Amino acid sequence: MEVDRADGRNPNQLRPLACSCSILHRAHGSASWSQGDTKVLAAVYGPKAGTKKNENPEKASIEVIWKPRTGQIGKPEKEYEIILKRTLQSICILTINPNTTTSVIIQVVHDDGALLPCAINAACAALVDAGIPMKHLAVAICCCSAESGYCILDPTKLEEQKMKGFAYLVFPNSILSVLPEGSSLVQGEPMEHGIITSVTHGAMSVDDYFHCLERGRAASAKLSDFLRRSLQSKLPGDLSKAE
Amino acid sequence: MGLPNASEDLSSEMEVDAFRRLFPLRYFERHLAESIRPDARSLSRARNTTISMGAVASADGSALAKIGSTTMLAAIKMEVMTPSLESPDEGCVSIDFHMPPICSPLVRPGRPAEAAPVVAKQLSDTISSSGMINLKELSLVGGKAAWMVYLDIYCLDADGALFDAALLSAVAAFSNLQIPTVSLDDGKIVMLPEEQKEENSEKEPVNKEKRKLTLGGIPFSLTCILHKNYILADPTSEEESIMETLVTVVLDSSNQLVSLYKPGGAVLAYTSAVQDCIALTRQRVKELHQILEEAISGMEID
Repeated sequence: MEVDRADGRNPNQLRPLACSCSILHRAHGSASWSQGDTKVLAAVYGPKAGTKKNENPEKASIEVIWKPRTGQIGKPEKEYEIILKRTLQSICILTINPNTTTSVIIQVVHDDGALLPCAINAACAALVDAGIPMKHLAVAICCCSAESGYCILDPTKLEEQKMKGFAYLVFPNSILSVLPEGSSLVQGEPMEHGIITSVTHGAMSVDDYFHCLERGRAASAKLSDFLRRSLQSKLPGDLSKAE
Repeated sequence: MGLPNASEDLSSEMEVDAFRRLFPLRYFERHLAESIRPDARSLSRARNTTISMGAVASADGSALAKIGSTTMLAAIKMEVMTPSLESPDEGCVSIDFHMPPICSPLVRPGRPAEAAPVVAKQLSDTISSSGMINLKELSLVGGKAAWMVYLDIYCLDADGALFDAALLSAVAAFSNLQIPTVSLDDGKIVMLPEEQKEENSEKEPVNKEKRKLTLGGIPFSLTCILHKNYILADPTSEEESIMETLVTVVLDSSNQLVSLYKPGGAVLAYTSAVQDCIALTRQRVKELHQILEEAISGMEID
């Protein structure tokens, strides 16, 4: 079913993506990620010695600080911090540097819809830039579901508010493998179909949600390719960062 | 974690409680292999749930919900305010979730618990997404006066599945809510106490008919833990701390998905796991609906 989006995109089309790494010189790793007008800057400092009081000292811990564009830090920011922390904890290999803390600072530069997915993508690129060991990367996408059941990807802020419901979905990035296809299936599905994180707003039917999942998986494959290309273009011999 | 051989040798000599503390994951996995949990529940069964309404006599609506040991006390207080300019005929609902130090040894005074603002935000998102409260019903005089509903939820005992118990207590408190009568007095809205009704007939109550809110689709939730191939419904705090991947599914009575919340976690959720969680939640919604109906009819008989 054809739907008119304000900026003329078709339902499966993402906004133009841009990713640049190593933009902050003092941070151990940094990245800026923008999807259309939504732009987020992420900086990574670490690993630093010692963990906080409630954290397990046998593992590395991740601390996330979320800075909104304007205003004071309130409950929405704390919720984003916890979601981001748990997502990043599930992709980093925490047993490699025990009793250390890695700080990830997220600064919102502009919010035009799909803010949390943009921040997760920026944080992953910044972690790669800092050299933190990870199992795989995470790609995040926002899918909206409208009243008539059709699903659109990567909404702007106006679209998010008009839609019946939207879901932020985070998947592992796609695997480039030399093994034949189908040899590494888990429960009959390739690994990159598993959901790392899902946060939904607004009520939608269960079928709409599964529809969004399918579209999200297809889009995450495209995002994975973009991420791979933009990270591979960094020179491998870049050892100019201290520590 | 201990060497695999060490735990096998020690387990024959160690007491069960010591083994539970030292090797918690192995302790749980031994139970899961027999499809049972340490408190003798099956993997898909939730703990005993009770709701008692009207727990706080001075509040306009209140409820105490217990899921197993997790206890939540919800209380609603209503105040008249001027509505904002963008929505002049809508009231407002403000939800706050508190975790005082009584609820858990991990919460210390002066240091707010990490989980508290997250559960508070999740609750307000869920209640507004589900459309349970129609804000236009909270309007008294269009553009001039509307109700501000303050919902406070106190966690008295934190033993896992905090969001489920908090949502249940919030829903029960809204079902129990009696809107206080008000009347216009020289252009100002004044609250009328109950006894004054017969004496002063000049002060006609403005809203004598609308004493209870009509609730739209009531949301109910179930939190599940994903661990390898197992799905455990309604975890205790011990299970939550060992196996960290939680999925919370909120469905309303017409089986619309209000929220599917999975904040990271080492285990990836594939389609089959998501479908199983939703199926478990559907069953739980029916149970909770019945428990809520019984609690409401219990209050009405009194």
